[in-house]
Amino acid sequence: MGRRAKNKQADPLPLEQTLKRKSSESNNNKNKRAKKAQAQKAKNPPKKQPQQPKKEKAQKKEDDEEEFVIKRNNKIDDESWDNVETIQDDDEDDEFDDIDEFDDVDNDEYVIKKTSFNFGSDEENEEEEEEELEIEKEARELDERQKEDEKLAEEELKINVAETEKMVLTSGQEIEKDSMMAPDLTLIQQRIQDIIKILNNFREMRDPEMSRTDYMDQLKKDLCQYYGYNDYLLSKFLDLFPINEAIEFFEANEVPRPIVIRANTLKTRRRDLAQALINRGVNLEPIGKWSKVGLQIFDSPVPIGATPEYLAGHYMLQAASSFLPVMALAPQENERILDMCSAPGGKTSYISALIKNTGCVFANDANKDRIKAVIANIHRLGIKNAVVCNYDGREFPNVIGGFDRVLLDAPCSGTGVIAKDPSVKVNKSEQDFQMVTQIQKELLLSAIDSVDANSKTGGYIVYSTCSITVEEDEEVVNYALRKRPNVKLVPTGLDFGKEGFTSFRGKTFNPSLKLTRRYYPHTHNMDGFYVSKFKKFSNKIPKVNKEEDEEEKDVEENTVVEEEIKFDDEEDAKIIKAEEEKRLKRKGIKPSNNKKKNNNKK
Amino acid sequence: MRPLTEEETKVFFQKLAQYIGRNIVHLINRPDDTYCFRLHNNRVYYVSEKIMKKATCIGRDQLLSLGVCFGKFTKTGKFRLHITSLDYLAQYAKYKIWVKPNGEMPFMYGNHVLKAHLGRITEDTPEHQGAIIYSMNDVPLGFGVTARSTSDCRKLDPTGIVVFHQADIGEYLRGEETLL
Repeated sequence: MGRRAKNKQADPLPLEQTLKRKSSESNNNKNKRAKKAQAQKAKNPPKKQPQQPKKEKAQKKEDDEEEFVIKRNNKIDDESWDNVETIQDDDEDDEFDDIDEFDDVDNDEYVIKKTSFNFGSDEENEEEEEEELEIEKEARELDERQKEDEKLAEEELKINVAETEKMVLTSGQEIEKDSMMAPDLTLIQQRIQDIIKILNNFREMRDPEMSRTDYMDQLKKDLCQYYGYNDYLLSKFLDLFPINEAIEFFEANEVPRPIVIRANTLKTRRRDLAQALINRGVNLEPIGKWSKVGLQIFDSPVPIGATPEYLAGHYMLQAASSFLPVMALAPQENERILDMCSAPGGKTSYISALIKNTGCVFANDANKDRIKAVIANIHRLGIKNAVVCNYDGREFPNVIGGFDRVLLDAPCSGTGVIAKDPSVKVNKSEQDFQMVTQIQKELLLSAIDSVDANSKTGGYIVYSTCSITVEEDEEVVNYALRKRPNVKLVPTGLDFGKEGFTSFRGKTFNPSLKLTRRYYPHTHNMDGFYVSKFKKFSNKIPKVNKEEDEEEKDVEENTVVEEEIKFDDEEDAKIIKAEEEKRLKRKGIKPSNNKKKNNNKK
Repeated sequence: MRPLTEEETKVFFQKLAQYIGRNIVHLINRPDDTYCFRLHNNRVYYVSEKIMKKATCIGRDQLLSLGVCFGKFTKTGKFRLHITSLDYLAQYAKYKIWVKPNGEMPFMYGNHVLKAHLGRITEDTPEHQGAIIYSMNDVPLGFGVTARSTSDCRKLDPTGIVVFHQADIGEYLRGEETLL
């Protein structure tokens, strides 16, 4: 048995110690952290999420389950671990000699990993245990391979910095070779790490021949390949986050968010619901201090969307992020409320539950197919004050206005929910963003116009998206503030989340935009989300000045151009030219000076 | 959206009375608010008058639901109660039947209630009478029509049918499309 194998047999560290070591480890160099992230990715990804909280749970239940845990531990140590070892020894015996010299460095991390894993599997049933062991084995192998690579790389780095850098930026030939072969992910990962290291300490570690943009270009290329985003979206995220945070964000998008349910207070209480679900063998916990109705599900032997409790309307499957806009809206009893884009009805039903079936909730959605889900859900959840309608949200003040509160959870590009729908990574282009922001702006204006400012209790509008790009969030809100001087931003009433941007890449927004809130997958462990809350203080729309009027026209016509391109190119060219001139005029540049440029562009 | 005609009201109330008997009165004369039945797209909705008035702003094609849907008129003019009415039916139910935990799932998959799954039953339930099905911890699961009276149930063998299935909450999953 090799030294490594002996390590595996070591007694699990006490939990506090494990956690402490883990945290200290996380302070170690980035290489290690990234390594770990990858190893975890290699393990069954959906399992990873529940593990952390389970550790806490295990601690809590220690007294009750001590016996059980001990039994399990023995089992793992005696049988399964032995099996794994023997298999591993076969594979690796010859490798050990090479690795041995590094072993001392690796040992610490190894013990930690193993023990933390033990904790995770304590409560799992037998099948999962077997499965996980296999996965673990794979992960370990991957880990080792990677460690080797990284060791070598690190040594290289120590010996000669310039050499590493040569490896970092591939020559034209190599790139050609790359495109022909299947991409080697570990190599790319390594290169990403190296470039980040250089970027973080640019002055000392850079190759004097290379500029920062060279490094950035290579990094972008590698990130695109490694995480599978398209160029446009990746640049957007890199603009939004500093590089280290961006990597965290990308990693967070690879693992699913925890399943969250909302107890339906119209039919049950959270405590009763939790008890009923625990009796079905569901492992759950309250979601946090900020919500009194949310429950987080770690694992469940039964499908959570088909238990008798679910069908009886005792809870709703709902992402944690979608609690936020409703909490920001803070509906009061006996109010008339509009949910402009309501499908599948999670937020609508939460509103109804908060106002205890008093008043009236209008649930609107533009998509007739998705509305069926709204109807089924509101009936299931016992909501009696809802009116469901199928309009385009932009028609709204004309259909019915004078609402006390309006919730607009606008359709968006979905850049906050990549973990849920990875297709966003590749299928969003610049045009999609333009189109969707245009709709969002129009929807927000009609939402604002649908509210009655003289309402005694209300007069509020909440605008939210499940996207984190500034174009769909701050810019839309800023636009609305300019177009409707009769609204102002007010605090959302949510005490966590990051403040919205007041300036972004040269654009400055209204300073009150810091009252809005942003949520990210990697910091809050919920979907990426944006929430803003307006208060309307007058029903009169003050005359906006001419310049801005023009802009609106500008925006409106832009979409027309997009649609018409297929039919009449000549006509479009004229419009585009005129618009370009208008735009330049607004910027203060004389159009005649730039005509040449424009022609070139065309 | 319009009020029910006399003929429709008769058919509808006849059906409703099978399940809640004279308690229909409680649906119409409510102390808190005036409620009404409205027909829209052949479906009957039960809704407070205030909400109903506000909903008149919405066009016929765009209005898809208001208040609580009780059921729909078939093309032959009969009335069919939907599972969506369960909240009110359960509130005013005359005859109740409780099924054992092992009978919950079979019923929610759309099967009849068997004698073996019968937990409790309201005394003196007659034959062919509408009854609401509950789980043992009083969660309404659906409704059906009794196949046997209470006294006949006692003599029945375990595989005999006690209640014919009419609607169950599993339909929220199975028949989301047809509820509309």
